[in-house]
Amino acid sequence: MEPAADAHDPRTFTMDGRDVPFEAGQTVLRAALAAGRYVPHLCYHPEFDPHGSCKLCTVKLNGRTVASCTTLARAGDEVESDTPELQELRRNLVQFLFVEGNHFCPSCERSGSCTLQAVAYDLGVMAEHFSPFFPDRPIDASHPDVLLDFNRCILCELCVRASAEVDGKHVFALSGRGAQKHLIVNAESGRLADTRLAVEDKAMDVCPVGVILRKRRGFLVPIGERKYDQRSIREIATANAGSSARPPAAREP
Amino acid sequence: MAADHQKLRVATTSLAGCFGCHMSLLDIDERLLELLERIELDRSPLTDVKRVGPCDLGIVEGGLCNAENVHVLREFRRNCRVLLAIGACAVNGGLPAQRNHLDVRDCLQTVYLTGAGIRRGFIPNDPELPLPLDRVHPLHDVVKVDYFLPGCPPPADAIWKFLNDLLAGRTPTLGHGLIHYD
Repeated sequence: MEPAADAHDPRTFTMDGRDVPFEAGQTVLRAALAAGRYVPHLCYHPEFDPHGSCKLCTVKLNGRTVASCTTLARAGDEVESDTPELQELRRNLVQFLFVEGNHFCPSCERSGSCTLQAVAYDLGVMAEHFSPFFPDRPIDASHPDVLLDFNRCILCELCVRASAEVDGKHVFALSGRGAQKHLIVNAESGRLADTRLAVEDKAMDVCPVGVILRKRRGFLVPIGERKYDQRSIREIATANAGSSARPPAAREP
Repeated sequence: MAADHQKLRVATTSLAGCFGCHMSLLDIDERLLELLERIELDRSPLTDVKRVGPCDLGIVEGGLCNAENVHVLREFRRNCRVLLAIGACAVNGGLPAQRNHLDVRDCLQTVYLTGAGIRRGFIPNDPELPLPLDRVHPLHDVVKVDYFLPGCPPPADAIWKFLNDLLAGRTPTLGHGLIHYD
């Protein structure tokens, strides 16, 4: 996203009645986060182009629902975000994700560092509400250093994007349509061991849930000392509001 | 004794659970005394009363893995004004539900007939044993559940906060640090 010539010309829109400044070319979500205003999101990652698939960052812009990660900020727009209606819709989206996969947090290595879990905590999701699907999904332990647990995939495509755009390896892809859509490994055998994935790859770093796991590292950081144990995702996401510095590296397994 | 009539009557049970949530309830430690000023127990593993009577609050740990679990849950629902699902198993099936992608017959055969070290095994079939369900279900698959308290187990402080809110007639809320799914 290239800032336009008038990037430093301060302009504002309002979010829940309060002014949010933005720079030309900035999306509503980016501007909100930079201003310390948290909007729940899952598939958005600051280092990648917006994807707009999880819909968690949906806001009402001049009365119309839009994904704030893909919508450019415009001066004078009125944005609603932290309203009971939108929070309830976000809770439902998160509950859908939980029932569609197998998210058994007590046995997950990523518990405490999981974005899905942290967002659900922030939204106050106390239960899944819907009937769980309990799908039958495989794990792939073929790679010497990496375990893939497909039970937890939420189809954000961050690993797909990282592997293609940063690593240049195209290790991951989505296959199938609708309810059959699922993450696959781009190898003739379908096995991760038969790809060029390495632990240094960007694709290893971006999974918001517990699908892509480094072997033998699961509990290096104990439960209780993990990323979202100390601070909520809302605090972490808005910690660097007003500065362009990257957030401090959190301890993650 | 008159004060007893002011007390809320509470029943608790563990279905397809490990009693870990009950242990976490006991972990509120000396606050138990304060709690017992305000509630009296009906059916519960703590009283060993076997049948649930009319109650203000039913606290159910564990999911539904067999026919008896369903029977007990329905009795709780009939008798309790407010029903609380406590812990991961009651909320979403939890650990027992990890068998849900497996066939029950295959499970039973592996455990009782073909597993390592089994000689002259047989699948238990005493008529007193409740039949396993084909899948483990969370409580809300079968009855209306009024409140959910997640966690494996929920921390004692979360249970204390939740019960205090409920007893005070407030909608229970858990902030960051008390809400846990693990």
